[in-house]
Amino acid sequence: MMSIWLALQDPNTMWVLAGCVLLGISSGVLGCFAFLRGRSLVGDALAHAALPGVCLVYLLTGSKSIGLFMIGAGVAGLLATYCITAISRHTRIKEDTSLALTLSVFFGIGIVLLTYIQHNASGNQSGLDKFLFGQAASLVFRDVITIMIVSIVLIGITALLFKEFALLAFDPAFGRGLGFPMGLLDGVLMLMLLMSVVIGLQAVGVVLVAAMLIVPSVTARYWTDKLGRMVGLSGLFGALSGALGTLISTQQENLPTGPTIVLSATAFFLFSLLFSPSRGVVARMARFLRMRSRLLCEDVMQALYERLEEQAKNRPTGVLRGFSPEQLARTSGKKPAAVRKALRLLQKRSYVTERTLISEEEFWTFTTEGLKEAHRLVLNQRLWDLYHMNQNQYDGLAIDVNQEELVPQLSDEALSQMLAQLRAYDLTPRLADPHSVSHLLKPSKQGGVTL
Amino acid sequence: MNTFWIILTGSLVAASCGFLGCFLILRRMAMLGDAISHAILPGIVLAFLFSGSRDIIVMLIGAAIIGLATVFLVQLLHQSGVKSDAAIGVTFTALFSIGVVLVSLYTQQVDLDLDCVLYGEIAYVPWDTWQLGGMEMGPRALWGIGGVFLLSLLVVGVFFKQFKLCSFDPALAAAIGIPVMLFHYLLMTLVSLTTVAAFESVGAILVVAMLVVPSATAYLLTDRLHVMLFGSMGAGVLSAVLGYFLASWLDSSIAGAMTAVSGALFLLAFLFSPRHGLVGKMAARRAATLGAAEK
Repeated sequence: MMSIWLALQDPNTMWVLAGCVLLGISSGVLGCFAFLRGRSLVGDALAHAALPGVCLVYLLTGSKSIGLFMIGAGVAGLLATYCITAISRHTRIKEDTSLALTLSVFFGIGIVLLTYIQHNASGNQSGLDKFLFGQAASLVFRDVITIMIVSIVLIGITALLFKEFALLAFDPAFGRGLGFPMGLLDGVLMLMLLMSVVIGLQAVGVVLVAAMLIVPSVTARYWTDKLGRMVGLSGLFGALSGALGTLISTQQENLPTGPTIVLSATAFFLFSLLFSPSRGVVARMARFLRMRSRLLCEDVMQALYERLEEQAKNRPTGVLRGFSPEQLARTSGKKPAAVRKALRLLQKRSYVTERTLISEEEFWTFTTEGLKEAHRLVLNQRLWDLYHMNQNQYDGLAIDVNQEELVPQLSDEALSQMLAQLRAYDLTPRLADPHSVSHLLKPSKQGGVTL
Repeated sequence: MNTFWIILTGSLVAASCGFLGCFLILRRMAMLGDAISHAILPGIVLAFLFSGSRDIIVMLIGAAIIGLATVFLVQLLHQSGVKSDAAIGVTFTALFSIGVVLVSLYTQQVDLDLDCVLYGEIAYVPWDTWQLGGMEMGPRALWGIGGVFLLSLLVVGVFFKQFKLCSFDPALAAAIGIPVMLFHYLLMTLVSLTTVAAFESVGAILVVAMLVVPSATAYLLTDRLHVMLFGSMGAGVLSAVLGYFLASWLDSSIAGAMTAVSGALFLLAFLFSPRHGLVGKMAARRAATLGAAEK
């Protein structure tokens, strides 16, 4: 901690820190719209395409002014954007191929120019590759001011055009229908992306500037479904990554700032991937396990119900004895250990009870409450089977097949119609009737259930 | 003689990349080639650090593992709900960052120049030769890329039907029992191997370009897969040869010049391809409107 405090005392570090935080915010904010538009990799293409622009500016003017470099990079980026759209519009080549193609050809031309300059031009050209491979540590006051102005402009435009950009991201056709100039807006967005790439180049370099556009927005997506919050969070993640990366890289010699910033952003991403409350891997795993155990319980209850039903058919007046986990395993097709686990879970909810008879064998049977629940499950299952068997008969009922429960979706009339049909197939669940469960169930002294 | 070695290496890189690139662009995975070629950097550095040698076999293994890990991670992220382009972007930039950090931290031990890795120096290829029992066997890079090229030819040749079907109709392929994922990973293994074999000598940028540009050029010229494969190899080799002379004329990066020439060839195909070219289409449209006007 002490050394971080010391590093912060250094005004130079403060400038670098400010620059990287601002970059993080503006690229995080803009990245959201690129991400939602399905253009996450455009930043990568624009960053590579900047190279020939920068080299040409140097060849033509011979100066190493950052402002001129930015103009050159901007023009080359625009040309690249145009190439990408032109190739995928006029040929059968898909957008991803035209992206990769434009990116590599522009970069190749850039490399030719760069090496041509290095071999032929007189004078000192050492600043060129620093500009391209990024050196956050070499940011000075003037660069930070440039970054600051550009970032504020970008964030300001985003705030002003927020609704329009939201339309562009989610439903451009609808936007066009409303009379918004979607093509123009798309162009403005691209131009803004380009500007954020250009100011980012100097700090984090060609490859990694793309990461600053992508990673914070993907991370933010894990925490919210609202665009406004997503944009805010993405800016926040960008800023945090910028700050964290800069600080970590001051702690260790030879640790480059750009990659450290990207790795910080990646760490935030991984954390969100694992632990975000609704989409995170852990949460989804927990949901999956809960679901699996619920289905297991339901299957076991159904198996027990059906065995009891069979027994009741054969012994219309006797006490229903119950079944061992092995017998239930055979009926349900589950492993005996799984059935045992489910029975114990169901026992906790007092749906089933265990009885040990003289032979010391385990026998499980329903409690009154459990029988009610099992009856509900089985009836629901059989009604679904019936529905799927004779689907065309029930077309008028407007059933949502994705819902679990069928009974609540039916009118009384439809329900009695379906129940009659069940009876015709001899599929009516025999152990208790949905409307009059209580008087059919008489808990016997042995703890079983009689009809 | 040096000129010959350089052109031969460049042509081999171009041919093997172009060959595999056809499948990549047909399966809409062009950016995955780009991602692999950046992401294998940490694989190479780690292979250096662990083995302490620049042996091509060790590097091939290290990079192939990381290359496959990249594909696997992208797939995993995609399945957990991240859009595929974002999944690619997150994965390769993270791996590349790890690579750059490793290079910067161990720069004394590794003797690996970042600029050199990124845009390569094919001009040094002839001097880095392979000695076998005191015999001069020619450039090491040539053997590496040549071996991988033959391997790709063999694998794709043997399973040509399967690769073809997986590229054009993966659903049908899966339905008739072809293990689509296996061929996906097989293809990606070949791409990773090719990338790393070419990486050190020609740099990432030429690899990415040769994976995409010649095959896109060939894609505009033909509708038949095997013609496209040979066309792509041809365009690649032509780029390599012309690129070398362009580079020696300008005194600039050979890999960059080869890329630039391949871009120019693509531009020619884009404009003048008989069926898909811009000029041809415009002429057809004009003829159509003229015809309509005469009626």
